[in-house]
Amino acid sequence: MIIFIFFMNIILSEAIAIEPNEILKNKELEAQARAIGKELRCLVCQNEDIQNSNADIAKDLRKIVRIKLEKGESKEEIMDFIHSKYGDFVLFSPPLRLDTAGLWLLPISFFILLTFYFFRKR
Amino acid sequence: MKYFLLCVFFFCIYILYEGLQKDPNLVPSNLISKEIPEFSIESLQGKNFTNVDLENKGVVILNFFASWCPPCKIEHPQLLQLSKIIPVFGIAKKNKKKDLLPWLEELGSPYEVIGMDHNGLQSINWGVYGLPETFIIQDGLVKYRHVGPILERDLEIFRNLTRKE
Repeated sequence: MIIFIFFMNIILSEAIAIEPNEILKNKELEAQARAIGKELRCLVCQNEDIQNSNADIAKDLRKIVRIKLEKGESKEEIMDFIHSKYGDFVLFSPPLRLDTAGLWLLPISFFILLTFYFFRKR
Repeated sequence: MKYFLLCVFFFCIYILYEGLQKDPNLVPSNLISKEIPEFSIESLQGKNFTNVDLENKGVVILNFFASWCPPCKIEHPQLLQLSKIIPVFGIAKKNKKKDLLPWLEELGSPYEVIGMDHNGLQSINWGVYGLPETFIIQDGLVKYRHVGPILERDLEIFRNLTRKE
């Protein structure tokens, strides 16, 4: 049983939704494509990256990432392209802007505030 | 300090309550008020369908659909109605001609031109993430995007947005 669980763990942790015919022959580009795939959110499945999703849109996004990599585009160019089409939602880490500042700064300010509060009481 | 924390608490409750009313499946379009993306694809009639066809025409509707998509069938009567007032263009996603032609014959075609998006890459170019999706384009700018089928109750929005001033 323990061995079974052990192997299931290995299998499940390696599970990705990429199909064999999607994989690029060039290993370096494929590795890049997977790195990009991990940073893009699948738009129809809540909080799954496109790497792990079987959804149609995730498949298409994986395809366009690979097509663009083969054309010689850099990771930044590809991310910018997809970001320009789908907006912040598609990125797992949204850019720090004025309207997203709260997202990044609130947790930190909460932490500082609470530490301050905690130590002052003593 | 106590009151301050209480205020923060209620603020959080308010934010969370507001969040409950939003549809997490609805991704806002990033193309609103921007120029339509450049594209050039084959049309159903075998000609070229490009972004130029959508520009310089005043207000037009661009509808992403497919014959294999059930909600697209639901919105079809509404598109037929809209096509009487404004030009409607279509892009069929991953659709074969032999599936699309009988579908159009059965339901009638509201489309002036239908572009064929064989591999689905054109949909990404438009930020489409599910079918059907509909764009209202005015003078080459994206004015509005509707996700999901256009229902009877959505027609009012479309009529208002496409009214010629």
